[in-house]
Amino acid sequence: MHIGVAWFLGVSAVLFGIGLFGVFTRRSPIILLLSVEIMLNASNLALISVARYWGQQSGQVFALVVMAVAASEVVVGLGLVVAMARRRADLDVDSLTGLRN
Amino acid sequence: MTYDVVFVVASALAIASALGVVLSGNPFFSALSLIGNLVALAALYLLLQSDFVAAAQVIVYAGAVMIMFLFVTAYLGGRASEPLRARPWYQTLGAIVAAVAVVGELVFAIDQQAFGDGASVSDAFGAPQAVAASFLGRYVLTFEATSVLLLIAAVGGVTLAARRPAPREEGVIGVFEIQRPAHEVSLQAEVIDAETRFDVVPAGQARDEDGKG
Repeated sequence: MHIGVAWFLGVSAVLFGIGLFGVFTRRSPIILLLSVEIMLNASNLALISVARYWGQQSGQVFALVVMAVAASEVVVGLGLVVAMARRRADLDVDSLTGLRN
Repeated sequence: MTYDVVFVVASALAIASALGVVLSGNPFFSALSLIGNLVALAALYLLLQSDFVAAAQVIVYAGAVMIMFLFVTAYLGGRASEPLRARPWYQTLGAIVAAVAVVGELVFAIDQQAFGDGASVSDAFGAPQAVAASFLGRYVLTFEATSVLLLIAAVGGVTLAARRPAPREEGVIGVFEIQRPAHEVSLQAEVIDAETRFDVVPAGQARDEDGKG
C-alpha cells in the first residue's frame, strides 16, 4: 500500500480532533494552551503535506508563519496565566467570568 | 518500505502523545508529552522532504517554546494542576460528539478527493536556500508582518506579567476574582459580628483595630 498525501492529511485531522477535545474538556489554562498547540501543529502538518504534494514552497513558508503565531500565542497566554497566579485567582478558566455582564 | 514503517511509527507516536497531553491530569506530564508530539511531527516533516521546517520545529518549538511552558508550570507548582471539581457529564459528551464530528467530516472530505502521486521534486525542495528564496522573495511582506507580530507579542507578554500585584482590599480587580485566605475571612466575620452586637464602632475604626490585633 502506497502512503500518499491522504494519509498525512488523515493524521493531521485526527490530531486536530484530539486538540479540539482537549480545548472543550480541560479547565487548567496551561493544558488549554497545550491543546491549542496540538491543533496548530495539525494544521502545520496539513500545510506541509500539501506543499509536498504540489511541489511548492509556499506551504512551508506558511507553516513557519504558523509557528511564529503559535510562539506569540504562548507568550501572551502564559503572561495571562502568570498574571492570574499573581492576583491569587483560581487557575480555572470556568471561574473567569468577570467580563460576562 | 522503510518510508511506510517510519510513517506508521511516527504517526502512532504523534497521536499517542497528543492523547497523553489531553488526558493527563498533571500539566508537567502534558508538556513533556507535547515535546514527544512535536518530535514525532518533525519526523513526518522529514518524510515530506521539509528539512528546514523539521529542524526549526525541533530547535525552536520543542526546544525554546516548550521550555517556557515547563518554566511556568514549575513556577506555579501544585496550583497548575487541574481543578478537582468534577465536570458535568454533558460537557464531556458534547466534546466527544464535536471532536468526532469534525474528524469524521475532515476524513470524509479527504476520502472523497482523488489524490494522485503528487509532484516529483528535486532534493533541493525544502532546503534552507529554497525556503529563504520564498520567504525573502515572494513572501517578504509576510515575513515583515511576522516580525511585527512577534514584537507586539513580546511587549504584551512583558506588560501582562511584569505588573505589580494589585492591592487586596477590593473583592474584584479587573476581571480576576480575589480569593482571600481563610483566616482573613474569619477575622472579617468577627468584626461584622462585633458591629452588629454593639452597634457603636464605625466601620473604619473597627478595621484599624483589626489591623493592630
